[in-house]
Amino acid sequence: MWGYSIAKSQSIVYDQNDRTIINYVLEQEPSLRTCMACGGCTSTCSAGNLVPFNIRRLNTLLQRGEYSQVKKEIYNCMLCGKCTIVCPRGVNIRNVVLKTREAIMNSEKSDANDTNAI
Amino acid sequence: MKHIAIIGGGPAGIESAASLAQLGYRVSLIEKSAELGGHLSQMFTLFPDGRNAAEVLSELIAHARQKNINVMLNTEVIDAQRNLSGFTITLSNQKTVTADALLIATGFRLFNVARKEEYGYGIYKNVINSLQMEKKLRTGDLTMANGQMPKRVVFLHCVGSRDEKVGNNYCSKVCCVTAVKQAIEIKKMNPEIETFCFYMDIRMFGPYYEELYREAQEKWKVVFVRGKISEAAENIDGRLQIKAEDTLIGKPLRMQCDMLVAMAGMESTADAKFAQTLNVARGLNRFYSSTDNYLRYNNTNVEGVFTAGTCTAPMNIIDTIANARAAALSIHQYFSK
Amino acid sequence: MTQMPFDIFVLPFTLGMSLLFAYLLLKYAHWIWLLPTDDKLRILKGFFSQKSLRACGEIFMESLLHRKIFRVDKRLGFMHMSLAFGWFLLIVIGAIEAHTYAGGSAPFYFPIFFRFFVPYEADFFLSSVYVQLMDAALLLVLTGVGMAFAKRFKSNIVGMKKTTKLRRRDKAVLYSLWLIFPMRLLAESTTSGLHNSGGFLTGTLGTIMSYILPLQYMEYPLWWGYSIVLCIFFLGLPTSRYMHIPTEMVLIFFRNWGIKLRPDNPILEEVMILSCPRCGICIDRCQLNTNLNINDTQAVYFLQRIRRNEDYTAQANNCLMCGRCASVCPVGIDLNAIRNRRRLNFTPKEVVLPYDNKQQRQAKVVYFAGCMGHLTPHIKNAMVKILQASGDDFWFMDEEGGVCCGRPMKLAGQVDAARQLMDKNRATILQSGATVLVTSCPICYKVFKEEYNLNISILHHTEYIEQLLKSGKLKVTRQDMMAVYHDPCELGRGSGIYEQPRNVLSAVANLTESSNERRDSLCCGGSLANLTLPSAKKHELAKQTMQVLTANNPDLVATACPLCKRTLQRAGDTLVMDIAEVVAKAMECK
Repeated sequence: MWGYSIAKSQSIVYDQNDRTIINYVLEQEPSLRTCMACGGCTSTCSAGNLVPFNIRRLNTLLQRGEYSQVKKEIYNCMLCGKCTIVCPRGVNIRNVVLKTREAIMNSEKSDANDTNAI
Repeated sequence: MKHIAIIGGGPAGIESAASLAQLGYRVSLIEKSAELGGHLSQMFTLFPDGRNAAEVLSELIAHARQKNINVMLNTEVIDAQRNLSGFTITLSNQKTVTADALLIATGFRLFNVARKEEYGYGIYKNVINSLQMEKKLRTGDLTMANGQMPKRVVFLHCVGSRDEKVGNNYCSKVCCVTAVKQAIEIKKMNPEIETFCFYMDIRMFGPYYEELYREAQEKWKVVFVRGKISEAAENIDGRLQIKAEDTLIGKPLRMQCDMLVAMAGMESTADAKFAQTLNVARGLNRFYSSTDNYLRYNNTNVEGVFTAGTCTAPMNIIDTIANARAAALSIHQYFSK
Repeated sequence: MTQMPFDIFVLPFTLGMSLLFAYLLLKYAHWIWLLPTDDKLRILKGFFSQKSLRACGEIFMESLLHRKIFRVDKRLGFMHMSLAFGWFLLIVIGAIEAHTYAGGSAPFYFPIFFRFFVPYEADFFLSSVYVQLMDAALLLVLTGVGMAFAKRFKSNIVGMKKTTKLRRRDKAVLYSLWLIFPMRLLAESTTSGLHNSGGFLTGTLGTIMSYILPLQYMEYPLWWGYSIVLCIFFLGLPTSRYMHIPTEMVLIFFRNWGIKLRPDNPILEEVMILSCPRCGICIDRCQLNTNLNINDTQAVYFLQRIRRNEDYTAQANNCLMCGRCASVCPVGIDLNAIRNRRRLNFTPKEVVLPYDNKQQRQAKVVYFAGCMGHLTPHIKNAMVKILQASGDDFWFMDEEGGVCCGRPMKLAGQVDAARQLMDKNRATILQSGATVLVTSCPICYKVFKEEYNLNISILHHTEYIEQLLKSGKLKVTRQDMMAVYHDPCELGRGSGIYEQPRNVLSAVANLTESSNERRDSLCCGGSLANLTLPSAKKHELAKQTMQVLTANNPDLVATACPLCKRTLQRAGDTLVMDIAEVVAKAMECK
């Protein structure tokens, strides 16, 4: 609807982003903090070589609180675990994916509850 | 006259021997191989200014040609004991040497790239390590295993460094600038060869290193891609296929190349038996550790045992030479107390 | 019998026993009611068949004699056997004795308190034999109780490093169980002492006691006490660990009738969970305990949390699923399957995975390296060499990478999405018209075999190579090296492939033994099944496993799994190779 749409900001407005999901993921899998974005995970990724799925980028977006891309792509992961095996920083990336899915599921549940309450 | 035994005849051992002799000590320089020089003797040019490594080495050796220095080649230290008067060192030639102080200058061990199986080192003939590339440059023969000239050479940074999976969390410091230097040297020899550096971070820590990086881009057209290569495989036509993520774009990247140079990191030599007998302390990175990183860098936890050079941490040649002199002075201070 | 023997003290026992029987009957009926129809039919069919007989035999061997526990440790086996079998003998011999005396009919409490009602030396057929047999059975049980009592203080006594931690309620029931038999001993001895009767145990003890104790005042309270502890035990049983006794029998029957654990029905799982006797044998088998000192996630504790409705998410995820616990579980509970079922599915059902396997090719043999195979180029190159040498028409299906087999996803609890991946791969494999599927990865192997329904021959590469060697299609020269074989969990305990890898390896190297082999082999620690263990801990496990493997200084640690290889090769200095690589090398040297 033309009149109501607000142009989406081209920058990451860090302070406006909701941090519930990433806070949960970091609490459950703190190893994510040590990522140095080398891209080894994405490079070896069985999924990323076939379909749109860049786990390194998703993890970076996640940490900035930018979820729309994450929500779109996170289910493309096949959980094969290669990323976790190659990660030079020992990030348990496979569990990051699972925890992200869990956090998204929980946030959608609580959104649904909020809507019901209204 | 106090007698100091130096274990290791690389640049650190040679230069500390020379400095100690000048300070008036008697020195035994024990080297396991047939020649002095260590890894330096296998190098072509040095960064940042392209100084010839052989020249530097011959000047170092000339400096160490003094009457108080006894060079023992082809001699390995089997074990060492500390006693009331100092140290008794057992050598591979059945002899023993006694010394008042011990200086460890055993240098580093190059990371074995075969431990990263996904790069195919040891399977694919055109996957080589950085020291093998140095040899190619030294001999001026850049050809591949089949005798042909490569069209594209890819350097992969951080192999065996900054990698929890091989137990090395530290940065080997010199590999970034070595890759840049080697890429430039290739270009100087054959401007037709394309050169790429795949890096995680470019660490140009020394004077004129950053300028060298810039020169590589500007003058020598070296291309830098930010991403760690995850796998290398050989095509049917014998070319190498590498996979990485171009992290600045956010997409997986595939590229063919003719030669992959793994910039192998430095690993500790502090697992030597004599060091274990003497109980010389090691840090979490397995290199020898100092009693004080700022004020007593060359002192170890064992009285009378000192260290110099890359057996304490990854270091370039400039720092190694400076560190060797510092070690000589530390020993002098120890005896002057 | 002229008059029905009765005394008011039998009431607690009678009440407890009746309530327990009523509860169990309702419970059994409820379980069967909730089973899916086809399982109900299985029960109907199996009930009057040999399967029921087999189940009875199994109950005798396992629930009473505890054969499997004997295999783990003789002392522990004896303890369980003496308790269960001894009690069983008491009940059976006691019933025969009492019924012989009564000439057929007697109230069901009568055998339990027989000595009270018949205190003198009765004279009926074989009566003196029964007395001695009953004493012998009681002595057997008391030995078990003594050992169990000692085990609580020092688990080493019965060969266990760690024994199960208990809750207060469990302890109350445990103590009532321990008290039953000493109470019986005292009550019977007192009666025997007063009437100069009893066997070698109760008679002797009774005589001794009669010299020093006022037995006439003690007799009645002791029989009361005996009845009350029995009552407490029976009433506490359904909510305590001892529920495993009546449930394990159900499990054995169900298993023999062919009822299997299925994703859509939780009944068998409930029966399995309640069947866990919490013997704790799984604790010492778990490397998370022995190597990493993680003591809350072992099968016994995990099942306990489920029973008590406590949060078990962390325990469900923190498990290597190596199967070491399940391989010694005396009850045969499918511990990995339960663990897997309890992992939560975070992938919405409506998610459609965008994979589209476009590759198509006809071939006789399809080779699938698997995701992990691509991290170990040595293995996949060796396999290509072997496949070429075999002369078979083969297709390297995932040469350019491909869709994952689906098992890692299944292990992570994302079952619907896993099914989608399996369907994609299944279609690709079937279109090739292949008759043989060879894979290098035991993780893929297991899922191809168990869930793909391919109806073609599915071989791990060690099986395939063994066939090639037997048929003479592959010629190898034995290498002069001493090799130890590491059984990958998924291939060994997971799929029962123990001999083929060893046969192949002995053809190309000198096979030596390791202290932990076959069913007892250790996990390398690299397991994809553990979702949360940090990589440093996995590495710690790998180092310890490597130490065990290299204890005899072999030249080579050979394995048959790319993941095991990757994990082990960075955990020690000894050369680690896949069997396929060794074979490929042995083909070169002619």
